[in-house]
Amino acid sequence: MTVRIGYTGRTDGVALRDVFARVLARIGEDPDFVYLDADLMSSVGTRDWALAHPDKAFNMGVAEADMMGVAAGLAAAGFRPLVQTFGPFASRRCFDQVFLSVAYSGRDLTVIGTDPGVTAAFNGGTHMPFEDMALYRAIPGATVLDMADAVQLEAVLPLAYRQAGLKYIRFGRKPVLPVYASGSTFDIGRAPCLREGRDATIVASGLLVAESLAAADRLAAEGLSVTVLDAFCIKPLDGEAILAWAGRTGALVTAENHNVIGGLGSAVAELLAEHGPCPLERVGVREAFGEVGPQDYLQRRFGLTADDVADAVRRVVLRKAGAAAGQ
Amino acid sequence: MTREERLRLREFAVRIRQETVLSIRARGFGHAGGALSVADLLAVLYGSLLRVDPARLDWPERDKVVCSKGHAGPALYAALALRGYFPLDWLATLNQPGTRLPSHCDHRLTPGIDMTTGSLGQGVSTAVGLALGDRLKGRDNRVYLVVGDGELNEGQVWEAAMFAAHHRLDNLVAFVDHNGKQLDGPTRDILDLPDIPGRFAAFGWQAQSVDGQDVEAIDRAVRTAWATEGRPHMIVLETTKGAGVTEIASMAMNHHIVMTEALAEAALAELAAELDRLRREEA
Ligand SMILES: Cc1ncc(C[n+]2csc(CCOP(=O)(O)OP(=O)(O)O)c2C)c(N)n1
Repeated sequence: MTVRIGYTGRTDGVALRDVFARVLARIGEDPDFVYLDADLMSSVGTRDWALAHPDKAFNMGVAEADMMGVAAGLAAAGFRPLVQTFGPFASRRCFDQVFLSVAYSGRDLTVIGTDPGVTAAFNGGTHMPFEDMALYRAIPGATVLDMADAVQLEAVLPLAYRQAGLKYIRFGRKPVLPVYASGSTFDIGRAPCLREGRDATIVASGLLVAESLAAADRLAAEGLSVTVLDAFCIKPLDGEAILAWAGRTGALVTAENHNVIGGLGSAVAELLAEHGPCPLERVGVREAFGEVGPQDYLQRRFGLTADDVADAVRRVVLRKAGAAAGQ
Repeated sequence: MTREERLRLREFAVRIRQETVLSIRARGFGHAGGALSVADLLAVLYGSLLRVDPARLDWPERDKVVCSKGHAGPALYAALALRGYFPLDWLATLNQPGTRLPSHCDHRLTPGIDMTTGSLGQGVSTAVGLALGDRLKGRDNRVYLVVGDGELNEGQVWEAAMFAAHHRLDNLVAFVDHNGKQLDGPTRDILDLPDIPGRFAAFGWQAQSVDGQDVEAIDRAVRTAWATEGRPHMIVLETTKGAGVTEIASMAMNHHIVMTEALAEAALAELAAELDRLRREEA
C-alpha cells in the first residue's frame, strides 16, 4: 500500500461510472469473467461493452433476485461473475439469494451497488440505501468496500474481483472530490492514513473521506490537529490501525454515508467496546429513510457534511478533556 | 362514449402531458418516456372512471390506484393536481429539496397517492393485498394497478399474479404499459416476453389488449372488466414510450432524459397545438 494524497477540495470531473466501465473492460479479459446487470447497464456506462461481448455480459432484466441466483450458478460452473445494480436492489431486493445461494454456498461473487446513500439524490428515498453495508456486513466472510474516489475504485476493484468469496463494493456514478493521486495502491483490509494529528482521529469511508479532509483543514485553523483514516474496507476492518490511533489520539469520530446502525460507526464502536474504549462520536444517518433532492441538500439534511464532521470532532475532544479532568 | 366525452378525455390527456413536461422542465431532467406513455390511461381513470373524492382522501370505499412503475410519478402528480388533489403550482417542486412530489410515488408525501412504489415489482403485491383487504372488509370499490412491461421481469409480479387469480380478486383491474422499452432499451432485446395477454390468461386472469393511446378503447376495456366476475383483470395497453411528444417518442433511449429548454419548448408547442385542435373540434 502506497498512497499519495490528491485532495484539493475540487472535483476533477472524472465520473466513477466511466472508471467502472474501463476497469470492467480490463478485468473482462479474464476468460472466466462474466458480467450480469439488472437493466441498469446504460446508467453505469457498460452497455456498449456488454453489447460487444454477448458471451460475457448478460442483461438479466429487472430481476435482481434471479440475477444473484444465476450468478451463483455461473460461479458453480467455474466462472467468476460480477453483478451490478443500484445499491438498494443489490442488497435489500435480493438479500436471501445473496446470503444462501452465494455466501452460505461458498461461491465467489463480486457485487457492485451503485449510488449508495445520498448519492441516489434525485431517485429519492426508495432508491437511497443507508443499510446496504449493514446487510452485507452481517454475512459471514463477506468483504464490504466503500469507495472514496476514482483512483481508489480503479485500484481496488481488480483486487476485489480476484479475491475469493463474496465482495460488496459501493460507489456513486458521478464525479466526486478526489482524495488520492494517481498511482496510489491499496490493500484490502488496511486503512490508509491520510493525515496525522494529535487531538482526535476521524475514521471515514466513501463520500465522507473528502468531507473529513475538509473538516481537518478547518479544525487545523482552530488549532486542532486530527488524524484521518480511510476505512474503505468496512469489513474486514483495519482494527490494528484504528486501535493504534485511538491510543495515540484518545478520541475517535466515524463518518459514513450510511446509517450509523450496522455500518462503519457500528464496526468501530464494536471494536472499541471489545478492545479498550475511548470517546467516540459517529457521523452518519440516524433513524431516517432517504428522501429526494440534490446531493448537497441531502448531505446537509442528513448531517453528512464537513461541518458535521468538524462538530463531531469538537464534541469528542471536549469529552476527552472532560474524561481526563474527571480522572 | 359520446363524442364530447371522448374529446374531453383527450384534452385531459394533453393537459396531463403538458403539466408533466412543465414539471420535468422545472427540474431539468426526469423519467419522461414512461410518464408520457400512461397519460391517456390516467385521463380515463381520473377524468371519468375512478370513484374518488379529492376532499376525502381517507374514504375507505374509494377506488385505489397503485402505480407500480413508480417512476411515472410526474404524470400521476399532473393528473392529481388537475383533478384538484393539490394546487397545480406544486408540480414545479418535483424533486426539489423538501418536495412532496418525489420522482417515485410516495403515499406518505403526496395527497391521492395510495401506495409507495419505486422498487419495481413490489406494487403488484401491495395492490393485490389492497384488493384482498377491501374485499374482506366488504367494500365495493376497485383497485387499479399500473405495471411496466420491463417491470414484468420481476418474479414477484408473477407470484402476485398467481395469488390474485387463486383468490378470484375481480376487484383488481391491472394495466401493463406495453411501450416495448425498459431502461436499457427494447424489452425484446433484453428479456423478450411475447403474448403478455396470453400469459396472464394462462395464470387465470381475464386478459385484454387495447390501444393504450386511445381513451375510448381504454374505457371500453375497463367496462368489459367490470362486467366479468370471478377473475382479476389485465388490460395490456399498446403504447409508445414518450407518446404525445414526437421528439421524445422518437429517441432511441428515452427512459430518463435531460429536458433542455429547446426540447421543452418543442414539446409544449406540439401539445398546445394538439389541445387547440381538440378544442376546435369540440366547438
Ligand atoms: C427493483 C428495481 N430494479 C431496478 C430499478 C431501476 N429502474 C427504474 S425504471 C426501470 C425500467 C422499467 O421499465 P418499464 O417497467 O418497462 O417502465 P417504462 O418503460 O414503462 O418506463 C428500471 C430498471 C427499479 N426502480 N426497481
